[in-house]
Amino acid sequence: MKRSELLARILIGAGTLLAIGTPLFVWTRTPLIHARMAENGGWNPDVIQAEVGKPLHLSLTSDDVVHGFAIGQMDMDAVDVEPGKVTDVTLTFDKPGIYTFYCTRWCGPNHWRMRGTIEVSGSSPAPEPVTTIPLYATLDIDIDAPHEAPVAPGVLPTAIRGQQLAASLPISQFTNPDFYHANSPYQLFEALDSTGLSDTEKWDVVSYIWQSNTTPAALANGRELYSQNCAACHGENGAGDGVFADDLARAGEASMQTMNGAADMSMQLPVDFTDAQRMLGASSALLQGKILRGGMGTGMPMWGSIFTEEEISDLIAYLYSFQFEYAVP
Amino acid sequence: MAKVELTSNPFIKRTLKSRWPQLAVFIVMLAGYLFAIVAGLVGTPVGSRNFSIVFVWIAWWAILILVAVPFFGRGWCAVCPIPLPGEWLQRGAVLTPPDKKPKWLNRRWPKAFRNIWLQNISFLLLALFSSVLLTTPSITGIVLAAMFFAAIGLSAVFERRAFCRYLCPVGGFIGLYSQTAPIELRIKDKQVCAACEGKPCYNGSIDGYGCPWDVFPGGLTKNSYCGLCMECLRTCPHDNIAVNVRPFSADLAKPSARMDEAFKAFIMLGSAMIYAGVLLGPWSALKDAAYNVGTNAWFIYVALFLAIIFVVMPALFALCVARFEKFTLFKKRFATLSTALIPLGLMFWVAFSLSFVLTNASYILASLSDPLGLGWNLFGTANAIWQPMLTSILAPGQSLALVGGLIWSARTAQKAANEAQTLSIPVIVYCFIATVVMLWLLV
Repeated sequence: MKRSELLARILIGAGTLLAIGTPLFVWTRTPLIHARMAENGGWNPDVIQAEVGKPLHLSLTSDDVVHGFAIGQMDMDAVDVEPGKVTDVTLTFDKPGIYTFYCTRWCGPNHWRMRGTIEVSGSSPAPEPVTTIPLYATLDIDIDAPHEAPVAPGVLPTAIRGQQLAASLPISQFTNPDFYHANSPYQLFEALDSTGLSDTEKWDVVSYIWQSNTTPAALANGRELYSQNCAACHGENGAGDGVFADDLARAGEASMQTMNGAADMSMQLPVDFTDAQRMLGASSALLQGKILRGGMGTGMPMWGSIFTEEEISDLIAYLYSFQFEYAVP
Repeated sequence: MAKVELTSNPFIKRTLKSRWPQLAVFIVMLAGYLFAIVAGLVGTPVGSRNFSIVFVWIAWWAILILVAVPFFGRGWCAVCPIPLPGEWLQRGAVLTPPDKKPKWLNRRWPKAFRNIWLQNISFLLLALFSSVLLTTPSITGIVLAAMFFAAIGLSAVFERRAFCRYLCPVGGFIGLYSQTAPIELRIKDKQVCAACEGKPCYNGSIDGYGCPWDVFPGGLTKNSYCGLCMECLRTCPHDNIAVNVRPFSADLAKPSARMDEAFKAFIMLGSAMIYAGVLLGPWSALKDAAYNVGTNAWFIYVALFLAIIFVVMPALFALCVARFEKFTLFKKRFATLSTALIPLGLMFWVAFSLSFVLTNASYILASLSDPLGLGWNLFGTANAIWQPMLTSILAPGQSLALVGGLIWSARTAQKAANEAQTLSIPVIVYCFIATVVMLWLLV
C-alpha cells in the first residue's frame, strides 16, 4: 500500500473513531436522571442511593416537558427541569432514611405520580427524633367513612361577628387547640346549642373559633402550598375544578379506581372544598389523615412523605377558610 | 450570457483534481454524519436540543435548499458522506485506484429501475413520516444509519454509486433542481471525446475511477445525474473536462421528456404546498393527522397527500396542456411542459424553508454547545434563547421568492412551449394559480 493511502486511511479512521467514540464515552460517564410525564415512565431512575453527610450530586434532565424537582420534608427550593437541558443539584442529608422526591410542575394529569425515593444510609450524629403518631390514628378515625354535616349555614359565617358574640359566652372549653384538632365545625355548632344563639350566630362563633386556631402567616403559607400542590386538581378556588379535573374525569377508570367498582366513579372526582356540608363535617384530624395518606386508588396522592406536620396544619387551616369569612388582619 | 470556465484557473483546477482537499472535506462530513447518528440514538429525546435534529433538519436543510441546490446544483452530492464507506470498499482504496481491485459483485443496476421512480418513492416515504422523523432524534438516528448501511450494501452488490443514483431520497430532487444551478461540469470539445480511446472517464484508469454516477461525461447535456465528484477531471487524458459558471437554469432550455422526472417535479411542488398548509397553516386537525402516524386520521392524510401529488395536480396540468392527439405525443408534451414547474418548485421550497429555518435557526447555537443534551457548554452558547430570526424580512422574502419563481417558471414555460411547439399560456396560468395558493398558505 502506498504511504499516502495509508495516511488517508489513518485520518479517516481517526475521524470516525473521534466522531463515534467521543459522544459515547462522555455519554456513558454522564449519569442523568431523566424526567418524563408519569404516563411515559416518570423519573428514571426513581431510586437513588446516598449517604449521610456526603454531598449528593444529581444531574436532572427532562425528556418531554418542563418538570420540577423537590424533596419532601426538606428545606430546599424546588428547581425546574427543562426539556433537553441539564439541571444540577447538590444535596446533603444529615439523617438517614427514605426521602421522597417529586415533580413540582403541573406536567400532566398524572403529575402527582411522578415520585421517586432517595435512600440515605449511614448513622445520624443527632439523636433520632421521636416519630409522632398522627392524631387521626390516635383517635381511630375512619377517614373513608362519610362525614357530611347534616346542615349547612345559609350565609357565609363571619369571624368578626362571631368574635363579638363569643365575648359574652362561656366557651373556654371550645377554644383550646385540642378541641379544634379533634372536632369538626359541625360538632362545635351542635355543642353551641345550649347558648341560645340562632343558627347563623352559632356558625359565626364557629368561624371565629376556627380562625383563632390559625394565624395569618399560617394561612398565607397554606394558600401557597395549596396553589402549588393542590389547585391543579381541586381548583384555585377549591371547587374541585382544577385544570386536570376534566382530564381525570375523561381518563375515568384508567386514572382512578374506586373500591366499589366503576359505578362509584363520580365520587372520585377531585373533592370540592367549597361544599359546606363536606367541609364543616370534617375535623382537622380527619383532613390530616386524608392528606397524609392520600386517596387510596384515586388520583389523590399520599402527601405524608412530602409535607411536614406544620405544612399540613397550615394547609388544613387554609382549606377551612373556603367556608368562613375570616377577619383580614 | 457566456460561460466562464473555472477550471481554466490553475489553482482551482489543482484543488479540484487533488484528492486531498476533497478527502479533508469527506472526513469532516463523515465525522459529522456519524456524530449525528450517535447523537440521535443516545442524546436527549428532545428534538430541539439534539444535534441530530437541529443539524440535519435545520442547518443542513437550510444550507441545502437555500444555498447548495440553487447555486451549486449537486454540490451537496460532491461532499455527501453517505456513499463514502461503500465506495471506498468497492474501490479497495480511498485515494487513487489500487493495484489489485477487490472482488465485489459489481452487478449492473436492473434496467427496469434505471430511472428516478425509486427516488420518488423514497422521498415520499420520508415525506409522509416527516412529522415524526423531523422531531424524534432516535428515528432520525435510525434513518441516517439505515441510509448509511443501505449505501454500503448497494455498493457491495452493484457497480458504481447505485444508492446515490437510484435510491437516495434527496438525490432525486437535487438532480432535478440542479438543472437550474449556475454551475456545471461539461466537456470542452465533443470531437476529442469521440476520438478518445478507452474512455477512461467512464471506464477508469490508473489516475482515477470510472464515473461513479454511471454517466459518460462526453454526453452530458444537463446537470441532473452528474455528482460533481471530479473523477473525470482526474481521469481525462485530454484535459477535456471543464467546470463552468453559467447562467441560471441553462439546462431547462432543452427540456427532457421523462415521466419520472416530470412526476418528481409534481411531487416536489405538491409536497411544498402540502407542508406549507400542514406545518404553517392554521388547521390543527390536519397537523394532528400528520403527527399521529398509524392512526386513521394519518392514513386519510396519506391518502390525501398522495392523491394531490399523483392525481389532482398532474390531472389539472394535463387538462391545461391536453390536445386531441396520440397518447405518446401527449405524454411527451406533458413531460416537456412540466419543466416549467422546476424553477417554481425550487422557489416554493425556498419560500417554505425560509419560514421554518429562520424560526428555528437559534436552536443551532444551543445545540452546538450541548449537542447531546448532556449539560455541556462547549462554546458558551448552551443557554442561547430560542428566538425567531429576521422576522421582518420573512414575509417579503417569501413573497419575493414566490413571485420570482413564477416569473422564472413563466420564462421556462415559454422555452418549453417552443420546444413542444405549443402555447405556453395554459402552463403559465397553472403556475400562477399554484403561486397564488402558495402565497395564501405562506404569507
